[in-house]
Amino acid sequence: MPEKPKIAFYWCASCGGCEESVVDLAEDILMVVENVDIVFWPVAMDFKKKDVEAMPDGSITACFLNGAIRTEEQEEMAHMLRRKAKILIAYGACAHLGGIPALANQFSKEHVMEWAYDKCPTVTNPSRTRPQTSYKDNGRTATLPAFRNVVRALDQVVDVDYYIPGCAPTPALLKGAVVALLSGKLPPKGTTLAPDIALCDECPRKASKPTDVGYPEFKRPHLARIDPNLCMLAQGFVCMGPATRGGCGALCINGNMPCTGCFGPTSRVRDQGAKILSSICSSVAPKDEAGIDAVLEGIPDPVGTFYRYGLAHCLLRRKVSLNDSAEVAAK
Amino acid sequence: MPETFEPRIVAFFCNWCTYTAADLAGVSRMRYAPNVRIIRLMCSGRVDPQFILEAFARGADGVLIGGCHPNDCHYIEGNYKCLRRFRLLRRMLDDMGVEEKRCRLEWISASEGDKVKKVINEMVEQVRALGPLDLPGRFRDWDKEVAALEHAAPGASEPCDAHAHAHKEEATHA
Amino acid sequence: MENGDSKVRIGFYVCHCGTNIAHTVDVASVAKYAAGLPGVVVARDYKYMCSDPGQDLIGEDIREHGLNRIVVAACSPCLHEATFRTATARAGLNPFFCHLVNIREHASWVHTDRAAATEKVQDLVRAACGRVRHHKALERKRVTVRPEVLIVGGGIAGIQAALTIAESGKKVYLVEREPTIGGHMAMFDKTFPTLDCAACILTPKMSQVKAHPNITLWTYSEVMGVEGFVGNFKVKVRRKPRYVNEEVCVGCMECIEACMYKQPKFDDEFNQRLGKRKPVYIPFPQATPKVVLIDPETCLHFKTGKCKQPCIASCSRNAFDFNAEEKIEDVEVGAIIVATGFKPFDPARSPKYGYGHFPNVYTSLEVERLVNASGPTGGEIVMRDGRKPKSVGIVHCVGSRNLQTNRWCSKVCCMYSLKLAHLIKEHAGAEVYNFYIDMRTPGKGYEEFYNQLLEEGVHFVRGKVAEVTDWAMTPEEEGKLVMRVEDTLAGFVRRIPVDMVVLSVGLEPREDSQEVRRMFNISCSSEGFFLERHPKLAPVDTATDGVYLAGACQGPKDIPDSVAQAGAAAAQAMALIDKGYIEMEPNTAFIEEKECSGCKSCIPLCPYTAISFNEATVKAVINEALCKGCGTCVAACPSGSIKQNLFEDVEIFSEIEEVLANA
Repeated sequence: MPEKPKIAFYWCASCGGCEESVVDLAEDILMVVENVDIVFWPVAMDFKKKDVEAMPDGSITACFLNGAIRTEEQEEMAHMLRRKAKILIAYGACAHLGGIPALANQFSKEHVMEWAYDKCPTVTNPSRTRPQTSYKDNGRTATLPAFRNVVRALDQVVDVDYYIPGCAPTPALLKGAVVALLSGKLPPKGTTLAPDIALCDECPRKASKPTDVGYPEFKRPHLARIDPNLCMLAQGFVCMGPATRGGCGALCINGNMPCTGCFGPTSRVRDQGAKILSSICSSVAPKDEAGIDAVLEGIPDPVGTFYRYGLAHCLLRRKVSLNDSAEVAAK
Repeated sequence: MPETFEPRIVAFFCNWCTYTAADLAGVSRMRYAPNVRIIRLMCSGRVDPQFILEAFARGADGVLIGGCHPNDCHYIEGNYKCLRRFRLLRRMLDDMGVEEKRCRLEWISASEGDKVKKVINEMVEQVRALGPLDLPGRFRDWDKEVAALEHAAPGASEPCDAHAHAHKEEATHA
Repeated sequence: MENGDSKVRIGFYVCHCGTNIAHTVDVASVAKYAAGLPGVVVARDYKYMCSDPGQDLIGEDIREHGLNRIVVAACSPCLHEATFRTATARAGLNPFFCHLVNIREHASWVHTDRAAATEKVQDLVRAACGRVRHHKALERKRVTVRPEVLIVGGGIAGIQAALTIAESGKKVYLVEREPTIGGHMAMFDKTFPTLDCAACILTPKMSQVKAHPNITLWTYSEVMGVEGFVGNFKVKVRRKPRYVNEEVCVGCMECIEACMYKQPKFDDEFNQRLGKRKPVYIPFPQATPKVVLIDPETCLHFKTGKCKQPCIASCSRNAFDFNAEEKIEDVEVGAIIVATGFKPFDPARSPKYGYGHFPNVYTSLEVERLVNASGPTGGEIVMRDGRKPKSVGIVHCVGSRNLQTNRWCSKVCCMYSLKLAHLIKEHAGAEVYNFYIDMRTPGKGYEEFYNQLLEEGVHFVRGKVAEVTDWAMTPEEEGKLVMRVEDTLAGFVRRIPVDMVVLSVGLEPREDSQEVRRMFNISCSSEGFFLERHPKLAPVDTATDGVYLAGACQGPKDIPDSVAQAGAAAAQAMALIDKGYIEMEPNTAFIEEKECSGCKSCIPLCPYTAISFNEATVKAVINEALCKGCGTCVAACPSGSIKQNLFEDVEIFSEIEEVLANA
């Protein structure tokens, strides 16, 4: 009997939802377990870093890595898993595009720390303790990995072979990827393992969108009632669907919420946010500046709306005026 | 800021008005600053916000868009579409820390060669005053905190190429 | 190979353009620089790339070096893109593999620093070499051109163009706003410098227009809207009601005689309001069509409904139709000639000349009517106060060459002022003074005419008139209009008392030129005249294919120039329609069906309704025949599934990347 392919799962800056999505395979997980050896999966089983270190380079058939890269440790693990795995797969929106953690790229590290350990209303930290990379106590030194200035998608740190999009990826996508792996029928390197067509293609409300949309206003989903049958954009809700890969089965739409873009852009688009902006703004109804601005006030946070999962892969990557060294020097 | 900073401005001019106006400025031998590189499009409606971001990401210190005046678009309304995108993009760029004066939309008709000169000279000075944007340099700076990408080609200018994956030939896997 | 970039072999050519480029740009170093760019196989500089040997160079290199991409750094693509594409095609390569870099209008002519200009050119060249590797072989599509021509404006330019085209056997629609064709020329008495009677040379042409089987003449009509594009314009024309059946009326004018108003009572527009007309009238005896019309603003029937309407009774042909309504005509034409003419400057805008204040101050056009035998005074120069002038001052450049009014020289005023001086002297025997800034008489026989007037004893004073005043300082000035002027030849300020002042008003764009321009999708130059495609090489073309210009709507012109330009416009229109088809630029957009999600974002963006939703495939489709190639939908497609030929994302991105690669 030939040796079974070795599979690893790992998480970096993420919420755990991607790990959950593996479990969501339900009975299919049996098929996976039957056909592969899971050699590393810290969330589910007890493995140590040294176990992986001990493996020969290239000995893992495929590693599914989820989460963005924010800390020194995540970076180190990414590099190590890259070496150990023949195929490294960026799994889920954070590894793929930076995800929700990458929204922090609008702020400096200091701002993030200050908020998390001081200013946030739910924090009580009278001594204003901050995490340190090393701390001496009783003659022993405790260390923490360094926190980087920038949140990165996996491919901004190591070479990535495939991408599985989604927040989180759907079981169908994971299953498809595993089947492709097992059968050896993998597409060219760099492929995102999801349909290369926008979500509208599979949206149940597709037919309800008129062909003459002109936006007189934009509404936010938590501030208005959403008609459960009509196209979100036709109702004036910003829906990222037209600029987002399909493959999720229009989950959010079926839950009567607009698409927020977690599957990222199609292969033909370099910047998802710029594209949806272009598409939506083109059809704003007024022609004069004041009128246009009034309509666009309905989109108060374009960065957070259009790059909810993709800020690390925005062409600008990060708020460009952030000056890390000056900030450190000022401290 | 280096003393010899010469702003690099990428301009997207529509074929019928602003590009022609730039031709007229040439025919009229108007002199203006040599900092602008004009890219010709048929209409300001063709200006994809991606082009503007890409220009900044590739090292432009400023981006200038020129189209026909309102009501004058050769393609009837392309300029309005450009304007609508620009209004939100402008706000978004602000959120992303790109100063307002680095991205400018101007309506310049085919007869306004002098306006091409005026706008370009003005913008070059404004951007000069702001100093370099130099995103490629900032990207390099940001990436100093991480080890070089394992797959980075030797001598590649960007150790962390934000566009790497978009540039790859990507096949469909449905 | 046709497509793709696997084996790109670029030929690069930089033009010296004599010294136009080479003076400011180091062309040799540009060629050397280009030679080092990826894919460049041949890089040359050449004195004149657009010359035959320059073009041949491209062909030879294509054959000898197996080039499959051509980049020419020379002048604006608006000028020579076609030239180099054709040269490329002659050598058997698809013309759209050729790309032009504008380094003259956009570099050498606008910069002085040689190093900076050369650096800029290198950037532009690098961008072009980057983009051209993504170019694809494209085909131009043929579109049929309708053989009819619309001519807007029935002045001498429109008339000339209409007759030229109609004579060639093509159908012409001539639309004129006024009740008669003839335009300003019909108001003139004589024409300079030959002193032909304007009516004698114009009215036969007007009759020819009316009689020509190939000309549909719609006077008292206006173009309301234009849709479509070169070869296939759809035009809406509004025909205002005359309340007289144009087909039936023979212009006997019995009805004018019979009108309830026994005396003409209303200002006669044709005679510059110097005479009167009745509510039923004909603008002038040779009006074409020779048909009366009723002015509903003044007609008793329309105003009160209580007129006995003797006009109807007087008409033996039953031509009256007081219930007539405006008619909308829809026509389809292949080409359009805009010949909407000019507006004379309103001298009330220069109050120092006293127009409107002193009754004996006239505009030149008013004087044309006064000296005209069919004018309000039967050709006698009688002033508004009933006197005949013994001395007349003619002021040149009224409204022209002036920063406060119009900056331009109106070109015709010197010559018509000389003509009026001659006519006034001839008709009234008066002393005539011409006040001029410069005497501008270039043209065949023009300077000779000026010399003739000097010999006739007309006085010439070089200087701008400061003021026309009735404030007498000496007994001789009593009851006169005094012209205060610095005689710049004599070197002192003079006061010249005259009976009558003639203001040689300049020519300016018509008030509605902006609306007209938008309707025909053409541009205006800064002063407001319609803009030609190229001031020298395409003087009658506009930026919109199939729309041509003739006469003074493009800029001040005298009659010979207007006629010549009308001929040129007619020839251009005929060249277009005679060929029967045009080749459309292939820069249209298309949708990759398998990539389109059917989100419909693009559909409302197309002003030409070229994009529709295919209910069967549930995807959008672009009708290439309707697409004009603006690329707006391409920029807006949220999934990047619409592409524009020649302006594909990958082409523009590579331009952006390369142009900044040195930054």
